[in-house]
Amino acid sequence: MRLAYYPGCTLKTNAKSFEISAIASAKVLGVELVELTRWNCCGTVHALAKDDVMHYIAPIRNLIRVEEMRDEGIVDENILVTLCEMCFNTLKRANTEVLKDGEKMRKVRENMEERDPAYRGEVEIKHFLEVVKDIGWNNISNLVIKKLKGLRIIPYYGCLLLRPRGLGIDDPDNPTILESLIKSLGGESVEIPFKSKCCGSYHTVHMEQVASELSHRILSQAAEAEADLIMLTCPLCSYNLGDRQEEIKKSFKGLRTIPVVYFTQLMALAFNLPAESTGFSENKPDPTVILKNKDLL
Amino acid sequence: MNGKDEKFITIYIMGKKHMVPANLTIMKAMEYAGHQFRRGAGCRGGFCGACSTIYRTKGSYKLQVALACQKIVEDGMIVTQIPFSPADKKRYDIDRLKPEANTFLEYYPEISRCLACNTCTKACPQDIMVMDYVQAALRGDVKEAARLSFDCIGCGLCAVRCPAEIVPYNIGQLARRLYSKHVVGPASHVLNRVKEVNEGKFDEEINKLKNMPKEELQNLYNSRDIKV
Repeated sequence: MRLAYYPGCTLKTNAKSFEISAIASAKVLGVELVELTRWNCCGTVHALAKDDVMHYIAPIRNLIRVEEMRDEGIVDENILVTLCEMCFNTLKRANTEVLKDGEKMRKVRENMEERDPAYRGEVEIKHFLEVVKDIGWNNISNLVIKKLKGLRIIPYYGCLLLRPRGLGIDDPDNPTILESLIKSLGGESVEIPFKSKCCGSYHTVHMEQVASELSHRILSQAAEAEADLIMLTCPLCSYNLGDRQEEIKKSFKGLRTIPVVYFTQLMALAFNLPAESTGFSENKPDPTVILKNKDLL
Repeated sequence: MNGKDEKFITIYIMGKKHMVPANLTIMKAMEYAGHQFRRGAGCRGGFCGACSTIYRTKGSYKLQVALACQKIVEDGMIVTQIPFSPADKKRYDIDRLKPEANTFLEYYPEISRCLACNTCTKACPQDIMVMDYVQAALRGDVKEAARLSFDCIGCGLCAVRCPAEIVPYNIGQLARRLYSKHVVGPASHVLNRVKEVNEGKFDEEINKLKNMPKEELQNLYNSRDIKV
């Protein structure tokens, strides 16, 4: 099955390992992720405001590209797959708003130029995790070559994958999708209370200490739970919890180092894909030591 | 002139009504009407980007763009030129820059304000996909940004129209510079030829031409073998 895939800017810059491991893992599942043609910015935070229709133009323009690709037979479904939580949320929210409210759809169409076709409203936004879930946990299990045996993994959701209710991919109060994935990969899922609490998000740009404090709560719970790794789905969470971990440890002495990986990297590992598909060399802190200790690398 | 009215049309140059021959370009029509260009005219061949022009036609709200030297006048055209677009062009040392997204954001952070509204693309008289190259720059795809912006003549119409106040042509120029300097690199045949020049391979020939009588030089030029 060929599905249109929306990378977003971070996947092309700071989160390349997320992209390469997802594309490689998808192939194992029989899914070809075809990069969206002529994609533009998802709209980021701006498109989250309900009345800011101007900022819906960017996300909706991407959805027109999906319809074009479907019409041209480049992809098999009117589905757009995302990896980044932010892109998932903004694209889906803009889509939901214009489908629900004809006035917003009309405004968006009017403010686009005539040379582009109008958005028909046929596209469904899916996070890659939903594609994985649709394939079935048992089927995933059957594809695993190298079970993640004895690996204690924190399923960390962040905020944008689950909220707002109805838009997120799982119950915001009691999500289980990442736990199911860990189980099907043969790993051990470790519960922490803050698994869907904020990592500090964009505060990291101008209020580093706020982000440090919020991320520290999550990291310290993970350390206390004696986890080996944190598994997540968002490049910004990965930056706050992973890339900035050394910095956080300066403010919070005694915090144990705990590697942070994308769920697609663990899928690639369990599917026994080569190192260029797992992309662990890009993670901070380095997860390879613990993976070697567990005989997984 | 044979006195037939249909050969003349009415245009409004900066609001003033003029009857001009229907087959003229905007630039020639303005000269016909008595304007003399001191700015806003360059190559007269559609290459230099000096004669950026905006216009509307009667009965339409659409603001349209053109190069005055290329566009034939239309009846009822209301027209003015934008000979210059104000833009803060940053100074940078291209040797020290990296071909990545953060380079664009460092010098032109306003590109993150891009709404993907595509107004810039609509404004481009060269039919360049301006918005697409700004977006390519935003995600660090220097090659694509350079490729898409290649035909840019820097007329400035995109910058005048952008609601996010981005100056797209500066982004395209930076992308092409980054691409040629850091992605493609210098061409080996050029380096070799420069080396040959420095080693004096052509000195004898050049000196011969320099000392040739004018008439002989003209004959040589006129009888040259042109490779097309």
